[in-house]
Amino acid sequence: MGRVTEVLEAQALTKVYRMGEVDVHALRGIDIALHEGELMVLLGVSGSGKSTLLNILGGLDTPSSGRVFYRGRELSGADERELTRYRRDHVGFVFQFYNLMPSLTARENVRLVTDIARRPLTPEEALALVGLGDRMDHFPAQLSGGEQQRVAIARAVAKQPDVLLCDEPTGALDYKTGILVLEVIERVNRELGTTTAVITHNAPIARMADRVVTLADGRIASEERNETRAHAEDLRW
Amino acid sequence: MVSPLDKKLLGDLGLMKGQVLTIALVVAAGIAAYVSLQSTFHSLEDSRDAYYERYRFGDVFVHVERAPESVHRRLEDLPGVARVYTRVLESVTLPVEGLVEPASGTIVSIPGGREPALNGLYLRQGRMPEPGRADEVLLLETFAEAHALEPGDTVPAVINGTLRRLRVVGIAMSPEFIFNMGPGGFGGDDEKFGVLWMDRSVLGPAFDMEGAFNDVVVRLSPGASEAEVIAQVDRLLDPYGTLGAQGRSKQTSNYVLESELAQLSNFATVIPVIFLGVAAFLLNVVLSRLVHLQRPEIATLKAVGYADREIGLHYLKLVSLIVLLGTVIGIGAGAYLGRAMTDLYSDYFRFPVLRYRVDVSVAVASVVVSLAAAFAGALVAVRRIAALPPAEAMRPAPPARYRRTLLERIGLDRFIGPVGRMILREIERRPLRTVLSALAIGMATGILVVGRFNFDAVEHLLDVTFQRSFREDATVAFVRPMPARVVHEIENMPGVLHAEGMRSVPVRARMGHRWRDATLNAYPAGGDLRRLVDVYERETPLPPRGVVLTRKLAEILDVDVGDEVAFEIREGERQTVSVPVSGLIEESFGLNAHIRDDALSRLLGEEPTVNMVLMRIDPLEWQELEQRLIDLPALATIFRPESLIRQFREQSGEMLMTMTLIITLFAATIAVGVVYNNARVALSMRSRDLASLRVLGFTRGEISTILLGELAIQVLLAIPIGLVVGRLLAEAVMSTVDPEMYRLAVVIEPKTYAFAAVVTLASGLLSALLVRRKLDRLDLIGVLKTRE
Repeated sequence: MGRVTEVLEAQALTKVYRMGEVDVHALRGIDIALHEGELMVLLGVSGSGKSTLLNILGGLDTPSSGRVFYRGRELSGADERELTRYRRDHVGFVFQFYNLMPSLTARENVRLVTDIARRPLTPEEALALVGLGDRMDHFPAQLSGGEQQRVAIARAVAKQPDVLLCDEPTGALDYKTGILVLEVIERVNRELGTTTAVITHNAPIARMADRVVTLADGRIASEERNETRAHAEDLRW
Repeated sequence: MVSPLDKKLLGDLGLMKGQVLTIALVVAAGIAAYVSLQSTFHSLEDSRDAYYERYRFGDVFVHVERAPESVHRRLEDLPGVARVYTRVLESVTLPVEGLVEPASGTIVSIPGGREPALNGLYLRQGRMPEPGRADEVLLLETFAEAHALEPGDTVPAVINGTLRRLRVVGIAMSPEFIFNMGPGGFGGDDEKFGVLWMDRSVLGPAFDMEGAFNDVVVRLSPGASEAEVIAQVDRLLDPYGTLGAQGRSKQTSNYVLESELAQLSNFATVIPVIFLGVAAFLLNVVLSRLVHLQRPEIATLKAVGYADREIGLHYLKLVSLIVLLGTVIGIGAGAYLGRAMTDLYSDYFRFPVLRYRVDVSVAVASVVVSLAAAFAGALVAVRRIAALPPAEAMRPAPPARYRRTLLERIGLDRFIGPVGRMILREIERRPLRTVLSALAIGMATGILVVGRFNFDAVEHLLDVTFQRSFREDATVAFVRPMPARVVHEIENMPGVLHAEGMRSVPVRARMGHRWRDATLNAYPAGGDLRRLVDVYERETPLPPRGVVLTRKLAEILDVDVGDEVAFEIREGERQTVSVPVSGLIEESFGLNAHIRDDALSRLLGEEPTVNMVLMRIDPLEWQELEQRLIDLPALATIFRPESLIRQFREQSGEMLMTMTLIITLFAATIAVGVVYNNARVALSMRSRDLASLRVLGFTRGEISTILLGELAIQVLLAIPIGLVVGRLLAEAVMSTVDPEMYRLAVVIEPKTYAFAAVVTLASGLLSALLVRRKLDRLDLIGVLKTRE
């Protein structure tokens, strides 16, 4: 067995927010790595620190202490410009509330990213990948929530990122639509081989992961590997 | 106890302080303009009314050749006439020492040491002349000041051809000389126009007016028709060589004062309307956004039982506070500016007392007007609150709908990337806001153009006059007409390269009942130093026969080429000659008639004479030449156009600087107000999109393009609009100028347009930078966690 390549690695991460008079310890010393090509689910209740961790890994936030490496290059201590560059070239994000541009069609939302990426898919390829080949010229206001989230995924994967970070991607969706979105994430991970991390508070989703890390109170509470990954369509909650 | 709603109000104001301040300043600029112009207007109007009433200013004025005193009674018997005052009034020359140009003046009779019955005198210093004293006069205050003359000093005056030295016993002013301008004058000139008052028993005989008069002032009975009285007076005085009676509106001093008051009153309306209109628009934009952002809070307030009226009132209170802040600043600044303006006017218009005051009613009106404008702007937004059921208000607003823009629908989308499309679609979704913003910013550009336009127009006038028309290096003027050989004497002086004579004669041009005082200028055949150049810089040749009239004069007299015009010569033999009009010329100022000198001397039956000699000189020999010229007999003045222009530019340069500073401040207030507030609102509406883009890896510069691109388009649209608005405003200003004095072409220099465009762009850029700072502090993580 060859050496496991680590796409992202964090060592002894802490994050303290100052909320008025009180210090909030969001992360209390986390060591974690994201391996090449895997699908990891980060499980935790609200306030467990999972979003903070994802934001730091995605270059949206900086840790209070500890170090973060992307393919061996240190991200902690990078400046605003370098972090922007990192997000632009290497990271794809999917959020709970889709964050599409309401004034752009599905195709144009994807083009926003493909225009600035190094080796992108075409917007049409990316939208076909998420099953929206026939709704490319619709504006967000004309799409359902699930469709909007699929556009967001198409936008995230169109640049062919090294890592796809999804923060509660099904949080705003009903069960059926949620499954549909998870199927797309699963397909991207399998077909494009994109290293993927999915944050959720919804435990059944963990079954689709290679590896499940559970966070509680800013610390890693447990880490386990699934012997077999469940297909997204077989998930129930 | 501060209510929770009021606390929220203060909190909101604190969060919006940039917007509060910029909008308050737009209001302040409008109110400052309103207060300063209104209070200056009222101060002038009140002073005028009091002056006219207290010193019995006449209603109708008429000049005759000579009428016996018995006519006085018949005038008084006319219906509608309350009072008649007859007097002797004549032109004089005042060869005061040290004058740069010859002074002209008017001498007016006063009845035996008493106050005139009408057109009374305000004695500023000294006393009235004693009855029968041939050497005592009162002197007009402005002329006395300009020459530092005081009671006890003497003043030389050429009365009916005789030079006399008169003793000034008092300094006076009169409601008929609030503004001083000699016939054919170039604006007011205290130094070159004087008025003397002398006892009638002395002045009458000097002009052969014993037991007779040549000037009448009439006061109307209340309710009498001015037109009817004028018609009757004209009929009655017809046998005595009347020049036609005129109402107050044609009386020179009153005419100028009225024009100025009318202009002030226009500005006092137009400028505040522009500013308060912009303020209302901004309040609408900002408040609409605030109400949108506070939807959940409004819903909560409604849910816990606050009435629509209370919530609506809460937002109106917010608007009122912004407006009141602006109004307070505006009233303060307006009161200050108004005082400065009134002080400027007091040099220009002479009143016994010009008391500046800010009317309480003006201050109250400015509060009411600005609140009304603000409420008009706020109303739509506030009504939207009332229309909102609490349950619906609690839900987020539905997502905005967008569509493809016109540009894309006609197939230009290939050239526009997603970022460009975002900008265009945003603009097309709110076209009215874009248009209104561009219009508002355009107003700022327009104000800049019109503020500097006056200087361009005068520069153009100077250019036409001194580059093209008055081509001499130096001019000497004589107190009386000189034989033509003086031209050769001067031409033979060392340093003189070329000399030409000129004769200018004060005349009254007349056609039937229509007349105007004008200047008849006579030029030598083949002369080169003075040319007739019109406002379009075209040269008009002077024909050997007939006169070329200023087009405006021809219009007033209702004559055309080929008609005969009567000229009553107002010096020497005072004969009347009839001359055919051979041409018309569009001139910038004054009312003139131009004629060849040989034609004039033929008409007058005199040997050719000159009263001015124009010279081309060798500048190296000027100093010695000047000494020789000073020794010429009957010399009135020596002047060089060059120094006149230099002096003028120095004076106007300072004015230009001050004016430019003030209008730049005013205009920048609008431009910054509009761009900054639009930018803040756009930032608030788009912060989520922009933060999302930052997350996707867009740089700060790239997202700035999206936000500021929309504003840049507004500013770029505004500039051409503003340049057109500026030109229209300039034409409007020009149309309020008395066409009998100036007929300036509406000339706007490219550099004025450029200046206006640059200031507008700079204001836009400044506002953009202020907002750009906020863009750099965008909360990337916060927006991801919330639904819009």
